[in-house]
Amino acid sequence: MLRYVLRRFAIACLLMLFVSFVAYILLFAAGDPAVTIAGAEAKSDDIARVRELYGFDRPILIQYIDWLWGVLGGDLGTSLYFKRPVAGLLLERFAITAKLGALALTLALLVAIPLGVIAGRKPNTLIDRFALLLAVVGQAMPSFWFALLLMILFSVTFPILPASGLTSWRSYIMPVIVLGYFSTPAIMRLTRSGMISALEADYIRTARAMGLPERKVLFDYALRNAALPIVSLASAEFGFMLAGSIIVENVFAIHGAGSLAWESIARADLPTVQALVLCFSLFYVVFTMLADILNALLDPRMRAR
Amino acid sequence: MKWKLKTKLLAGVAVLATLSAPAFAGKADNSLNIAFSDEIETLDYYQTADRPGLIVGRMLYDGLISKDQATGEFVPELAESFEIISDTEIDFKIRPGVKFHNDQILTADDVVFTLNTIKTPEFNARYSIAVNWIAKAEKLDDATVRLTMTAPNPLALEMLAGNIPIYSKAYWDEAGAEGMSKAPVGTGPYKLVAMTPGVSFELQRFDGYYSGGQKADAAIEKINIKIIPEKNTQYIELMNGNLDWIWRVPTDDVERFASRPNLKVDTTPIMRIEYLELNPNKVDSPLADVRVRKAINYAVNRQQMADAFMGQGHPLIQSLCNPVQFGCETDVTTYDYNPDKAAELLAEAGVEAGTSLTIVPNGTEGVAEVIKSSLESLGLNLDITKLQVAVAQEQWYGNMHDIALTNWGAYGIGDVSMSPAAYLNGTADDIVKDPALAALVNEANTTMDRERRASLYSQIFKTIADEAYVVPLWTRSINAVMSSDLGLSVGPDEFVPFYDATWN
Repeated sequence: MLRYVLRRFAIACLLMLFVSFVAYILLFAAGDPAVTIAGAEAKSDDIARVRELYGFDRPILIQYIDWLWGVLGGDLGTSLYFKRPVAGLLLERFAITAKLGALALTLALLVAIPLGVIAGRKPNTLIDRFALLLAVVGQAMPSFWFALLLMILFSVTFPILPASGLTSWRSYIMPVIVLGYFSTPAIMRLTRSGMISALEADYIRTARAMGLPERKVLFDYALRNAALPIVSLASAEFGFMLAGSIIVENVFAIHGAGSLAWESIARADLPTVQALVLCFSLFYVVFTMLADILNALLDPRMRAR
Repeated sequence: MKWKLKTKLLAGVAVLATLSAPAFAGKADNSLNIAFSDEIETLDYYQTADRPGLIVGRMLYDGLISKDQATGEFVPELAESFEIISDTEIDFKIRPGVKFHNDQILTADDVVFTLNTIKTPEFNARYSIAVNWIAKAEKLDDATVRLTMTAPNPLALEMLAGNIPIYSKAYWDEAGAEGMSKAPVGTGPYKLVAMTPGVSFELQRFDGYYSGGQKADAAIEKINIKIIPEKNTQYIELMNGNLDWIWRVPTDDVERFASRPNLKVDTTPIMRIEYLELNPNKVDSPLADVRVRKAINYAVNRQQMADAFMGQGHPLIQSLCNPVQFGCETDVTTYDYNPDKAAELLAEAGVEAGTSLTIVPNGTEGVAEVIKSSLESLGLNLDITKLQVAVAQEQWYGNMHDIALTNWGAYGIGDVSMSPAAYLNGTADDIVKDPALAALVNEANTTMDRERRASLYSQIFKTIADEAYVVPLWTRSINAVMSSDLGLSVGPDEFVPFYDATWN
């Protein structure tokens, strides 16, 4: 087991290294970062000065190695835009995004799992169709549009919720609903299909034949087995929320990691983009590993392997 | 059961009522709530390039002089008076008793320190053009500072008016650039009281502000600045009364606000102009022939585009400058829309049907598409090459494209020495590379005598028009939407004088 974990850890490190290198190259492929940093009104001498100041005139590989050396020494660098250490900036922004992501995922799980269980238990009934409708709408509706609809309803027509910023707990309501709703369909549909196949299994028939209460059959036996892929999906969704809440953050003027990533790419803020890419790939790796461990806890067969 | 349901519903409504956000309009407490779309990178004025950062900077800091946008005159600010001693020397009498936000008194040493520091390469001012003309500053006595230029610079006063704020030497020594960025200390009419970098800023009127400058007697007590990237969110916050002022509202969106009784729209013409650059130096391009460049000028229906994109009756520009800029010559060769003449010139130049040209669009969305259709009716193909700004610039100055749709704000400076024509001087920023024109531009850019300079620039603009190096389009306007009780207008220099704002 330990060898397996160590091997996966080594592969994860290599993966992160590869992702960071590709991201670095891509930033240069999008044009001379000195031009972007100097600004739209800059002239050739301003651009030349920026290029020299930040060392963009050196070979890309040397610049990348320099950055990597700094990271290995615990220095993520200084933001070229905010002129602040990247580490502090990331901590501030990730704290916001993580809180938002955790709340949204909780909401998605609270809605999706019970609905998925009910729909799975009674397939092709009215409630199953309702759950399907909810899933289709959730998957098809663009986040920004849903966000604006909520805003018009709850900030303009009935002005009960703030439209922007994170000034109080009320500010979280709409962004959490939008972000959570986007993840709900996948979790719900997976729960439904997992429940349908679990409920058709022999051990469920045996459990029922033994006269176990339906609640116990559903939640202790069927859901426990159906939950394995849900755990993997939920962890991937959380990773997505940490990295991909760009649109929701932009619409609600929440200055989290997503909006920082978006802005930093546009501003060619290389140290910030690199640190963000590193963090995002780290999250995916960590959450995938955590999902495996959780699955092992839920499934004794995996523990035995 | 029914009673129970009713109680539950009422309880729900009550909960909703307690959740209700108070509608806080700035008028009630003499504050102003505004939003910008772009994050403000730093409050160290010399390191910021974005317009919101510069606007906030002008509230926190003062310069030696400022420009009266209504009269175009330079008026005293931190300098009580100034005297031009020679083509390269200006003496400034420092205003006595001016306080920094930390209550320290401004001295001639602060002025000398600032001017001698910002010009150095190590200081690395964001825009070198603002400071690279300063040779030295010296203290003549406790109240007088002499500024010496490296060479005659006709833009010296323009640069000193707003673009060169004076820093406190003592505070800089103590806090440095980082301190200036996080907790700036200036002499401006507002001081920073709180900020969350990139998110929000809170400014408080500085009660120790001196009288005599243009920014004196600010009426608004507190200015709250939010960064809201999404325009629709800004609109909602404005309609809710949570914001009092927003700007850079697209013309298409302005109509939504026109009918709302509590809001008003302020449209200000600004220094920024939009135009097509025609590259005569791309290898094998037909644009090397002046007849083809003239044909493109004739082929473009500028007024129709201005009406469609800028609003009905929007004025056109005739030369490569904003008519309100000093030295802008408008009596130049013009090319009114005439597709027959365009076809004739193309035939004369031997341009075959199906010839392909490329355009890099960096301007109003949709303009390149209209030009494409105009040229297609003459048998020319136009490939629209949409690129990232950095790549577009690289390719454009590498002579890889024929046409560029461009806009230029001239840093808000009302003098043609900052017009696009001033860069046709044979350097890397010059796409035309016409030696005769470059010689004229270089002479004009170092001529202090205003009349001589105006005459040189007149020749420059006439040459540009005769050679059809550009297709001048229009000046831009900026739309601000605000509470109908707010008195505030964006300046023609694209700066917003919030210190002049009033609640009616």
